[in-house]
Amino acid sequence: MSLYYVQKFLYELNRDPRVQSEYEADRDGAVAGYELSEIERDALTEPDIGLLYHLGVNGQILMHFAALHKIEWADYLQLMRDGLVQHGPVREGVYAVTGYEGTDAHSASLGQVTPNTNAKDA
Amino acid sequence: MPLVYAGVCPHAPGITGRQDQADPAVRDSLYVAFDTMRQRLEASNPDALVVVAAEHFANFFMNNMPSYAMGMADFYEGPIEDPGWLGIDRVRVPGNRDLSEQLIKSVMETHDVAFAEEWRFDHGISVPLHFLTPTYDLPVIPVNINCQGPPLTPLGRAWNFGEAIRRAADARPERIALIGTGGISHWPATPDSGKINVEWDLEFMDRWCRNDRDQLLSYSDEETYLDAGQGGFEIRAHIAIAAAAAGSKGTLHYYEPIPIFSVGCGLADFAL
Repeated sequence: MSLYYVQKFLYELNRDPRVQSEYEADRDGAVAGYELSEIERDALTEPDIGLLYHLGVNGQILMHFAALHKIEWADYLQLMRDGLVQHGPVREGVYAVTGYEGTDAHSASLGQVTPNTNAKDA
Repeated sequence: MPLVYAGVCPHAPGITGRQDQADPAVRDSLYVAFDTMRQRLEASNPDALVVVAAEHFANFFMNNMPSYAMGMADFYEGPIEDPGWLGIDRVRVPGNRDLSEQLIKSVMETHDVAFAEEWRFDHGISVPLHFLTPTYDLPVIPVNINCQGPPLTPLGRAWNFGEAIRRAADARPERIALIGTGGISHWPATPDSGKINVEWDLEFMDRWCRNDRDQLLSYSDEETYLDAGQGGFEIRAHIAIAAAAAGSKGTLHYYEPIPIFSVGCGLADFAL
């Protein structure tokens, strides 16, 4: 387990177009210089958003990694939920799951009409 | 010149990035509130805008994380995020290196602070500027309080930092405006993204408007985490602004929980 280095790689990927180009061309090569376990390397190169969340990656870092892979917001949220089901609770970091109903149901309860509701986000 | 403006607003990236997914009437009401805040800010005729925000691993990481940092450059760029994702074009924002240096030196008299000669704004600053200085012609001085990577600075230190900013601003001839961005309760970028604790938000903003130091500092991070999510840690920005406006009372001009924006949106300022 080396959550720090998983997040360090994502931090540098998120903010540096050169790292993004390297990752696009050679994902294994891009992560090679970081102290990562095999599971962590696979999660970063596949990529596996749900597993990364389970491992404890901060959402403020992870959401940009998802955006880099053109994953829509509602799908990003669902991939994290799927990761918790598949792998179990977040191992470390600042997150706990509270049983939130989801934005669509929440918005509806407030009388807000969201035009692009997504069933995956309910 | 005494501080000319002190207010707070949200900075969630969904406010601009997911605007097409929101209830149009609710979204537009927020945008009107931002524009009204812009008018109040402009009416204060500021020479510079100090933005106290909680950034999100855009410039600072756990390899060398400052609890407090201030920008010291003649220009900044943002947003660092994909402009299409955030819904804000990437721009160069003017700074004021000399003014920054003077403010930093003054703050350092009573409070340790890191400085940064380069800084790429993330949504914590870019979203508020998009609404409040849409022509990007007002020099900005970015300030960060680490609210993301624990251990976090105690709330009482955030208050002291706000007092130090006030002393520094008051000692300058320039007319300085101050805003804090972030919060209030939210669970951003997690499976619970969209959850909002309205009761908690309104109680916090009531304490903020009354500028009740003791009550503002009475929250523990453990309580905040349970009641307001990890995004609630960003109240440090609000607390710094309250400290800078100590003795003044505030007004909550707008509050609305907007789940698709992942935050309770509260816009408020002090009558200085």
